[in-house]
Amino acid sequence: MNPNTEQLSLFGPSPQNPYTISQITRYIKELFDTDFQLQDVWLEGEVSNFSRSAAGHAYFTLKDATASIQCVLWRSVAARQPSLPHNGDTVLAHGRISVYEVQGRYQFYVDALQPAGVGLLYLEFEALKARLAAEGLFAPERKRPLPSFPRCVGVVTSPTGAALRDILHVLGRRFPLTRVLLAPRLVQGNEAPPQIAAALRALQFQPEVDVIIVARGGGSLEELWAFNDERVARAIVASRVPIISGVGHETDFTIADFAADVRAPTPSVAAEIAVPDQAELRNTLRAWERRLAQLMQSKIARERHALKAQIQALRRASPQSRIDVLRQRVDELTRASATHVGHRLALHRERLRACILQLQGMSPYATLARGYAIVRRRESGQVVRSVTQVQTGARLDVRVSDGEFPAAVE
Amino acid sequence: MGRTSTPEELSFEEAFKELEETVQRMEAGDLTLEESIALFERGQALARHCNAALDQAELRVSQLAGIESGNYRQVTSNEEREK
Repeated sequence: MNPNTEQLSLFGPSPQNPYTISQITRYIKELFDTDFQLQDVWLEGEVSNFSRSAAGHAYFTLKDATASIQCVLWRSVAARQPSLPHNGDTVLAHGRISVYEVQGRYQFYVDALQPAGVGLLYLEFEALKARLAAEGLFAPERKRPLPSFPRCVGVVTSPTGAALRDILHVLGRRFPLTRVLLAPRLVQGNEAPPQIAAALRALQFQPEVDVIIVARGGGSLEELWAFNDERVARAIVASRVPIISGVGHETDFTIADFAADVRAPTPSVAAEIAVPDQAELRNTLRAWERRLAQLMQSKIARERHALKAQIQALRRASPQSRIDVLRQRVDELTRASATHVGHRLALHRERLRACILQLQGMSPYATLARGYAIVRRRESGQVVRSVTQVQTGARLDVRVSDGEFPAAVE
Repeated sequence: MGRTSTPEELSFEEAFKELEETVQRMEAGDLTLEESIALFERGQALARHCNAALDQAELRVSQLAGIESGNYRQVTSNEEREK
């Protein structure tokens, strides 16, 4: 099945067709690596031959009265150890056993290390953490975003602890619009992990539960141990809704913290993270209201301005203004023509007077003034120019310079 | 988009988000005066609703019972409230 082993003959080596050293060594390594017992090993023994390479990796031997095993502590693992062992120390180590092909020997690859008899819990913690991390349970891309306004906050904690009191206080102060659904649980002891896991599974399907807080107040490592349980970690990761952990104090990190979508340092902070703060919301609402009023005012101002511009444009386009222009023009023309006619009249009047004077010079009346008279027959008005035109008794009108008088022929 | 629900029918979250959108739409401009007035009045009503919701809110707490049996039920338990 494995590509490394397929080259081995089913019937074993023969002088004509021997294995290569690499082939047989890979085969042996494969046997180690596929053995589950060898991949998850706890060992206790005495350290000897401890040395560190220039690259920072540590090498040593673990031994008891009758046997020994070569151990490797990679630099990355060594960096996580609070202290490195010395020759002669008895240590408890966790790791896997595999084959170092170059030297043809099996070795213990240590991933957690602790002085023997002290802090077994710590080692188990490190081992579980390493295993779940390798599985990808703590990967950042698994983390779900928290809801902005959770309708209901699920809370998994002890019904009697200070943690619950703190959480309710913070939720009530910050965002009393939310509802709290409490799953009262044991949070320490052997019964706690399955209880917590069951509560997480139940809460996530309750209507309106948008986020869950799993919390416990501070305590010793042993007291917080329920939150380092694999069942709890898996229930957290499998949850439909995001989960906030708030376990212990600032400095306590549990497996549940790594599995949670958000780790809060304390239960109170978990509650703060779960909901928005109404003081900020009210500020935001006020700011938006102000902004709306501002926008409305400037809109009205803009519209008013536009209206004014329209009115002006309309005025410019109105026939009234044209009428006004024409009226003025008519007025001007009228005045101009009046002036013109006046001039002409004066001129004509002047000429007329000259004519009258001239005419007066030629008037027969001027002759009359010198003593002549005009005689007309009364009945016909005919001017009498000859004696033949009149008989005795004919009635005449005689015109002299200052008037007329009747006369008769004798 | 026909808007039918009055602010009172909206949840706090819905009203809050709609108010945010209302401000953004007015910011964007490009509206008639009538639209602006309608949005402005809608925004005011939404803000009033949000503030009133916060003013009237009181944290409600209930317990989930029956976790072990799988027969879940929610029980009101205000005695857990402090003060």
